[in-house]
Amino acid sequence: MTIAIKPTQSGEPLFYLADEHPHPEGWSTSLGFWIYLMSDCLIFAILFATYGVLSGNYAAGPAPKDLFDLSLVAVNTTMLLLSSITYGFAMLTMQQNKIGQTQLWLAITGLFGLAFIGIELTEFAHMIHEGATPQRSAFLSSFFTLVATHGLHVTFGLVWLVTLMTQVARFGLIEANRRRLMCLSMFWHFLDVVWIGVFTFVYLMGMLR
Amino acid sequence: MSPDLLKLIFGRLGIESLPLHEPIVVGTFVVVALGGIALLGGLTYFRLWGYLWREWFTTVDHKRIGIMYMILGIVMLLRGFADALMMRGQQVLAFGGSEGYLNAHHYDQVFTAHGVIMIFFVAMPLVTGLMNYVVPLQIGARDVSFPFLNNFSFWMTVGGAVLVMASLFIGEFARTGWLAYPPLSNIGYSPDVGVDYYIWALQVAGVGTTLSGINLICTIVKLRCPGMTMMRMPVFTWTSLCTNVLIVASFPVLTVVLALLSLDRYVGTNFFTNDFGGSPMMYVNLIWIWGHPEVYILVLPAFGIFSEVTSTFSGKRLFGYTSMVYATVVITILSYLVWLHHFFTMGSGASVNSFFGITSMIISIPTGAKMFNWLFTMYRGRIRYELPMMWTIAFMLTFVIGGMTGVLLAVPPADFVLHNSLFLIAHFHNVIIGGVVFGAFAGISYWFPKAFGYKLDPFWGKLSFWFWVSGFYLAFMPLYVLGLMGVTRRLRVFDDPSLQIWFIIAAIGAVLVLLGIMCMLMQFAVSFLKREQLKDVTGDPWDARTLEWATSSPPPDYNFAFTPVVHDNDAWWDMKKRGYQRPLTGFKPIHMPSSTGTGIILAGLATAMGFGLIWYIWWLAALSFIGLLAVGIGHTFNYHRDFDIPAEDVIRTEDARTKLLAGAK
Amino acid sequence: MSRLKILALLPLAVALSGCNYVVLAPAGDIAAQQRDLVIISTVLMLLIVVPVMALTVMFAWRYRQSNTAARYEPEWDHSTKLELVIWSVPLLIIVCLGALTWMATHLLDPYRSLGRIASDRPVDQATAPLEVDVVALDWKWLFIYPDYGIATVNELAAPVDRPIAFRITSSTVMNSFYIPALAGQVYAMPGMETKLHAVVNHAGTYRGISANYSGAGFSGMHFNFQGLDDKGFDAWIASVKSAGGSLGRAEYLQLEKPSQNEPVRHYGTVDSDLYRLILNMCVETGKMCTSEMMAIDAKGGLGHEGLNNTLPLAYDKYARRGTALGGEPTFVAGTCTPDAPQGQTTASIKAPTDTAPLLGAGLKRPTFTPLKSSSFFLGQRPKSDS
Repeated sequence: MTIAIKPTQSGEPLFYLADEHPHPEGWSTSLGFWIYLMSDCLIFAILFATYGVLSGNYAAGPAPKDLFDLSLVAVNTTMLLLSSITYGFAMLTMQQNKIGQTQLWLAITGLFGLAFIGIELTEFAHMIHEGATPQRSAFLSSFFTLVATHGLHVTFGLVWLVTLMTQVARFGLIEANRRRLMCLSMFWHFLDVVWIGVFTFVYLMGMLR
Repeated sequence: MSPDLLKLIFGRLGIESLPLHEPIVVGTFVVVALGGIALLGGLTYFRLWGYLWREWFTTVDHKRIGIMYMILGIVMLLRGFADALMMRGQQVLAFGGSEGYLNAHHYDQVFTAHGVIMIFFVAMPLVTGLMNYVVPLQIGARDVSFPFLNNFSFWMTVGGAVLVMASLFIGEFARTGWLAYPPLSNIGYSPDVGVDYYIWALQVAGVGTTLSGINLICTIVKLRCPGMTMMRMPVFTWTSLCTNVLIVASFPVLTVVLALLSLDRYVGTNFFTNDFGGSPMMYVNLIWIWGHPEVYILVLPAFGIFSEVTSTFSGKRLFGYTSMVYATVVITILSYLVWLHHFFTMGSGASVNSFFGITSMIISIPTGAKMFNWLFTMYRGRIRYELPMMWTIAFMLTFVIGGMTGVLLAVPPADFVLHNSLFLIAHFHNVIIGGVVFGAFAGISYWFPKAFGYKLDPFWGKLSFWFWVSGFYLAFMPLYVLGLMGVTRRLRVFDDPSLQIWFIIAAIGAVLVLLGIMCMLMQFAVSFLKREQLKDVTGDPWDARTLEWATSSPPPDYNFAFTPVVHDNDAWWDMKKRGYQRPLTGFKPIHMPSSTGTGIILAGLATAMGFGLIWYIWWLAALSFIGLLAVGIGHTFNYHRDFDIPAEDVIRTEDARTKLLAGAK
Repeated sequence: MSRLKILALLPLAVALSGCNYVVLAPAGDIAAQQRDLVIISTVLMLLIVVPVMALTVMFAWRYRQSNTAARYEPEWDHSTKLELVIWSVPLLIIVCLGALTWMATHLLDPYRSLGRIASDRPVDQATAPLEVDVVALDWKWLFIYPDYGIATVNELAAPVDRPIAFRITSSTVMNSFYIPALAGQVYAMPGMETKLHAVVNHAGTYRGISANYSGAGFSGMHFNFQGLDDKGFDAWIASVKSAGGSLGRAEYLQLEKPSQNEPVRHYGTVDSDLYRLILNMCVETGKMCTSEMMAIDAKGGLGHEGLNNTLPLAYDKYARRGTALGGEPTFVAGTCTPDAPQGQTTASIKAPTDTAPLLGAGLKRPTFTPLKSSSFFLGQRPKSDS
């Protein structure tokens, strides 16, 4: 806290603030959201650990190199990375108070996110169609769970994005909406970071096994 | 109706799911139903619904939410304790060829439910309730960081409790032990709804707990009043901070583990199965990575309470504040490095076992330091034996025994002979009752006058105290003995008649504890009736030291008319000593969050979704999920969540207090 | 040490006479050492616990409000000297206890073969330990004696003073194999093998139990463990053999089905491969053994072809195994004959032959077989591939 504590004129200690300014709205929000992200991070950490333990248990079934299509995943990764960049542009234009451009960048971000989800679902559908279902082996169980949990987060992020776009359209770039866009921004970049982990740890290292 | 249609509507819920063939359950149901009808009728007759909804259910005031948590904890204590009595009864009777009065189907549910309820729905609400009530007052804040979230968290905890209670009358609860180890908890070996009740009750309540952890961390970090540096925070606030850090850093693990277990059960994945490369041992590891910090989540706030109580009633500064704080932080960190001591017998190597054994022992060093700090706080003090202080002394004497047996269990080869035995049961009841429960009771009797404006009746309180303490020793010392006789936990029948006497003694102890609980309820009733006699108008009935005692009892909605400024650890003591004068003029409007019903609606939907998933009523689950999303999103469209308490109201409230104080002099 | 032991036992002995304190008065050397550890650690901790309790009572009494004669220093809240004491005394005790723990944990590692059969008798290198394969079933215990080709249900016997090497597994869920008079417990887990080494020093009949809750029939899941002299043991073996009956795969599958409060059963002959099949969860014909599965997985799985080698599960232990959303249960079919095991066994941990420096104050300690770091995370040993 930065409020200076000065003794009163008579030299008596000051025991209360006679003239108080309440904390600005959203004073704790970014800290709170950070802590939430860390708890979410822990969820992914456990899923990664689970995958690390089970990723070699193919139950005499297929291994990563039999299943993964790296070029598809590379496209997928590009989609998500681009969406992070476009979200960055949305934030930059938000700082300049340009509602139209902000909305445009947000929409582009959403489309990239949608493409990411679409490609991921295609990949899953293909694998399940082949018979490589989550039930086939512990490796596949942990693979599907880790990747799908990330996918669900992105889906939730998309719902949130649409909600925020509606709110920006209705109420403009007011302080509350800026804060919310900021939170979603952290969330979106966080998912990007997690995906880089998934890409490296699951896909790239899986192909090397 | 065709069976297919019935299945679509009711899932696997059918008339046979109701335990109509179990006379004990039916009897309980009749009693609960009559009590419930009487309660609901009373509420309707006295037209209290509107009041409850407006002033309590939808409130975002941390004080009221704190009180509701305490009520939840005490109500669930009755259920959890009823389970304990049933177990004690069964183990007394089931000798010499007798099967006792509970069959395995019933008994196995009873001990599982006892553990789950006592940890998640008694200890957690009591601890969370005290933190919720006290922390904002102690740091001179008006409310928590996210008041709406606080209300939501509470109702999620209630939702979990509702699911556990529902399992008593609709279907059954898990028969797996309170941590539901697979493969036993997998669908192959527990095909019924019990484990699903377990999973969804804990998931729903777990969300609430995690959010409440985030909320309280933010509150402590961001909302401290001017002058209150980290090293000037009261010890209870410190332990609360550490507890909430532990919550945020451990409950997500529980969430994931339970999610993976439900995937195994619902979708047929292979995380914890025997076949297809699954690893049941991973579940045991993961659940204890949450489970061990959980123990400290419960006991750290209790340590904080004892610190406040000891220094208040010794009329003395807390000895070794700094080392107390560091001890707390060290315990917080170490609690993550010991989880394997819960399963030394799973075949880990000697080096792994000794590592975890030794880290577990190291925790006893900061804990021992705390014990000495309380001891030297009493040293050269003037100890007043009010109820909170009596609980504290009982804690100090009891907890060292539990601590000692705990360190003993941390020696792996010793654990090989004592693991899963009644010695272990005695140990953890010794620390949880002697630490957490005594701590919660000390906290309740200490802060009750703050919350309600009158003290608790000392006669019934002391009666309750002696029943509890003697009952505890009588109930659990025999279990230590039985453990040394090689008797293990969760047994339903016995064939060695020489054991029976010990179980009889333990049962007598349990009855004494029952009397203790009844005296405690009596104490609340008597205190309410004698509230005029027991009234405290000063707001500081114990001549206490920290900031919560600087305001009136009960505190106004806004806690403090002016934000306090702190110069010392014992802020209120310092203010009293240096002649602080309560401000009488200059009041301004105060900005406060407004009430909302969204929290209870969301939690209700989450509970309904859990119920749908438990019974495979897919339409209910889907509908509730969509409802959750819709209400959640709808809530974000409400931008006006605050209001100002007008200056006139503040002036009226404060003037009333001025008059009261003048009358008291 | 022994004097300490006696001193500590004295009050116990008085208070507890007349009951069977099997943990404090066991019949096997391993359990006796574990008992000693319990007592020594307790005494070590009492060194600090007793003064704390005494001080609590003393301060609580002396500094009560009504005693105005006692000193009152409301502002006294710090003393560096005292702080040093209150942190260092527990630290010292934990250092002692930690050292004791480190030593004892390695010496009493259940995986480690025995170095002695009693405090004054080293193990005779000429006698091979008695091997017993233990299987926890729902809800009874199966004991297979590979050296004698016999098996028993809910009855275990061993000759006095001969080391016993248990190999332990389970058929369905977790149990814990525990004979309090003999040695500490070790979990029995399906598809995995744990080990326990022990010796019984006094003839007699002792109780064995499952110490880990395993379902409805758990309370009745106990057996008698008989410590017999050599002659008695031979007679017992002979009586089991003469009882006839044979335990093959078909009989095992029948036996494995859940049942409660099973009587003692004897099998004169037993399929010599049965334990390996149970451990690898492939007693059912056509099911792939986990050892084979792990060997295949280590080589990278079976690729796309591996997707087709699952079969619907025909045999079912319980009423229902399928999940609501995941379809019917299946199992992985074997690809080569299950009689051709691959892989290697886990290295056994040998006791040092010379135990002299272990007991004295000498600094030289025998080196222990270091564990693979990979076993750290799970706190387990790798599954046996035998």
